[in-house]
Amino acid sequence: MPGFAPSSRGDVPNAVGNASFELVVLPHLDAAYNLARWLMRDPAAAEDVLQEAMVRALTYFASFKGVNPRAWLLQIVRNTAYGSMALNRGVETVPIAEESDEAGAVELVSGDDNPEIALLRARECRQVRALIAALPVELRETLVLREFEEFSYKEIAEATQTPIGTVMSRLWRARQMLAQAAAAEGLV
Amino acid sequence: MSDLTPCDKVLLVQAELDGELDAAQAAALEAHRTDCPICRASQAELMRARGLMRGDLYEPMPDDVRTRVMARLRQVAPPPAPAPRRRRNWDWLRGPSIGFGLGAACAAAISLLVVLPERNDLIDQVVAGHIRALQPGHLEDVVSTDQHTVKPWFDGRIDFAPPVRDFAAEGFPLRGGRLDYLGGRPVAALVYQRDKHIIDLYVWPASGAGPHLAGDTTIQGYNVVHWAAGRMNFWAVSDVERGQLDDFAALWKKAP
Repeated sequence: MPGFAPSSRGDVPNAVGNASFELVVLPHLDAAYNLARWLMRDPAAAEDVLQEAMVRALTYFASFKGVNPRAWLLQIVRNTAYGSMALNRGVETVPIAEESDEAGAVELVSGDDNPEIALLRARECRQVRALIAALPVELRETLVLREFEEFSYKEIAEATQTPIGTVMSRLWRARQMLAQAAAAEGLV
Repeated sequence: MSDLTPCDKVLLVQAELDGELDAAQAAALEAHRTDCPICRASQAELMRARGLMRGDLYEPMPDDVRTRVMARLRQVAPPPAPAPRRRRNWDWLRGPSIGFGLGAACAAAISLLVVLPERNDLIDQVVAGHIRALQPGHLEDVVSTDQHTVKPWFDGRIDFAPPVRDFAAEGFPLRGGRLDYLGGRPVAALVYQRDKHIIDLYVWPASGAGPHLAGDTTIQGYNVVHWAAGRMNFWAVSDVERGQLDDFAALWKKAP
């Protein structure tokens, strides 16, 4: 990332200080949380993953040479999450939608004057959340990176260390399952 | 997994929806799709799936989580200006033992990851943030020319409600907004266009009765204008001419 690293350390091109970590990586903290949350489906587990991933990111930052810090950070989050899932295999986590209460959900889609419509939208939102949360993790992560982070296929392939062809078919299956499950619930 | 797809072109249908096809590929697909009911049905289904995700499904990070993460990072942060040989000293931290004894190791030399920056430091950050945002795919998190779309987008993502205005009539159309991180806090960044130039306007609440800085300056060819109004800090940065950026600032200052 030319222009960010203080020139005083020009002898070590990739040596970047904390100020740069703050500038380059921290803007993507929210994206990191969102991904951790969707992968782990449980707020406490997501925070653990986020904590560990951010420490790893800070530790490895000196060797970060890429131009896409968000993809780099999300790859770390993703790998940390998978590590955590492997450790906790068999431990049930709470699906993302079940602990969100109606009131909180209404707040998220506020901006609508009509409380009935707002409530309806909130319910729909919760249903969609539950459907996404129910997708197999490899489909879920592909969908989240595409729809929420608007990653290109290439970026998803890099972040998930998966061939582009597989990314495309996972994304297709994720959307197909989502659309069909929604239709079954009368959502579409 | 293509054996699970009913026509081998459906992934291309999807790729088109995702903006991954060039014009020639899209034209070839169009010719096929006219004759392929499977691809047409698949397209409808893909669009339904995308429509389902239009709602606000992003998981906003609670403030207390942010606070704990930042505290943890501060704890493990290495000294701010390590000499080259110092880097070797913390290579050992890269192992799986991260976290153990780290507090003690760094306690004496802890740098605050997030410090209230000096004014010059802040200007540098504003410019660096702008340059970073100009890289492909980083400019906007929410793309809309409608201020009534951009403003609510910040709800729940940031702990204040930034003012959002569109000055399309005056030649500064709103393009969208994003979250950014400046001076140790999340800030709202509004993105405007002036002809072929991008203007970033950073907005965050003024903290206390700090000195009002005259922030007009030029760094690395980027003009920066700073003002404060309505208990908010404003920093505009762009490569447009100084006069035009001043016009932009003037529009903001006289806006109701």
